[in-house]
Amino acid sequence: MSEKPPVVDFATDFDHTDPAWVKDPYPIWEDLRQRCPVAHTDRFGGAWFPATHAGVSTIAKDTEHFTSRAVIMEEGRPGEEALPAPIGVAPPITSDPPFHQMARKLILPAFAPGVINKLEPQIRQLCRDLLQRFGGDEEVNASWDYARLIPPNVIREMLGFPEEDTDRFIDIVHMITEAVDESEEKRLEDFAPIEEYFIAQMEDHQEHPRDDLTSYLLNVELDGNKLAPEHVFGTMVLILVAGIDTTWGAIGASLWHLAHHPEDLERLVNEPDLMPVAVEEFLRFYAPVTMARLVKEDMEYLGCPMKEYDWILLGFPAANRDPVAFKDADQFIIDRAENRHVAFGLGIHRCIGSNLARLELRVAIEEFIAHYPRFELADPTAVTWAPGQIRGPRQLPIRILE
Amino acid sequence: MSGEKRRATGGTVRVVIDGELCQGQGRCFSMAPRLFGFDELGNGVVLGDGTLDAETLPLARLAQANCPEHAIFIEGDE
Repeated sequence: MSEKPPVVDFATDFDHTDPAWVKDPYPIWEDLRQRCPVAHTDRFGGAWFPATHAGVSTIAKDTEHFTSRAVIMEEGRPGEEALPAPIGVAPPITSDPPFHQMARKLILPAFAPGVINKLEPQIRQLCRDLLQRFGGDEEVNASWDYARLIPPNVIREMLGFPEEDTDRFIDIVHMITEAVDESEEKRLEDFAPIEEYFIAQMEDHQEHPRDDLTSYLLNVELDGNKLAPEHVFGTMVLILVAGIDTTWGAIGASLWHLAHHPEDLERLVNEPDLMPVAVEEFLRFYAPVTMARLVKEDMEYLGCPMKEYDWILLGFPAANRDPVAFKDADQFIIDRAENRHVAFGLGIHRCIGSNLARLELRVAIEEFIAHYPRFELADPTAVTWAPGQIRGPRQLPIRILE
Repeated sequence: MSGEKRRATGGTVRVVIDGELCQGQGRCFSMAPRLFGFDELGNGVVLGDGTLDAETLPLARLAQANCPEHAIFIEGDE
């Protein structure tokens, strides 16, 4: 990453791994909306970035001109190793219609609200246990030592993986979502041990079936046949990758906000009924997830000369800050009544874990502010942000106030 | 929002979800559980026949104003 030249003009040479974008992308997106609503870069082999809600929405819903075969923007393109479209390596996120709908319907019931809501007591207990670990510390790292540890434990339990492996999951996720400047060859090489790990888990579940998502995927039938092992494997990778950094980012960013907006913290502490609405505003304002698509064929689109296999960086966080779509879009309004945010995407690829993410985010904030009703940033300059398509604070030292 | 109003029959005001547009964002049933539930796939469903009164109309409008997919319609709302 370090050998890449810094970006001078994001309209013609954007790079989501550039330090300026990683640190504070919002002014960059606002500038683009005003002078160049669809930015371009030759980096990553050619890519486009719509900065408006309209642009993001149009492309997210257009599965005719764009494929989801790859959703993490990197130097390479899906190679020979990747399953052919429309299945992709991690169905259903990497699948296109019509296969997409079948693959999605298989796992939707496992993430429906009735199933997910039952997890609330266990998530609440997990949050309380993590807070207890802080003891009487006057300074705590609210991201690294709290937000980071919630989603992997929830996902591990859903998949039925061994508890002692939890710490590995974050490394696996970062290898997939952040090492995007590596060659395709190196990426495949790094992926080998991950593949081995998942295959071992699948074999263990085949020998000892139990009531979890892995056993479900191994046994569920599509058109009278069990899923191909590659399909099961891909979906397990998807659930792990999509369920960890994303929610970590949302929880961390929300706590970061509360740490330097005491008026919002005070309102949430005093008005707990506000929480569901506040959660949606946290999701709008600090949406963690940017997706990607590939252009299917050469075409003129949104006034841009797009080429086959160009990337589209699909910035849902940018769409959420578009003043055309949101009143006072650049203001965090904790009781915002109208909020059509697109933090979970739009159209057929709507985040399948949105009910779980929303639950984890709400419970994590509720428990944190119940335990610490007053806190502030211990050192604003020490806060660091995750690079790549999943945004959120990594280091977040917080001073606990009386 | 005029595009999201539809003509109703018989003078009643009624909320409906367009199943083709709904993607299971989950905003309606978390925001207005009196009016909306969900099916086994997590898509929104209108509870009962969706008829609204003076008390539930604002709830339906709120849910409508929060649906990212623009899938909620209020028929007969002038």
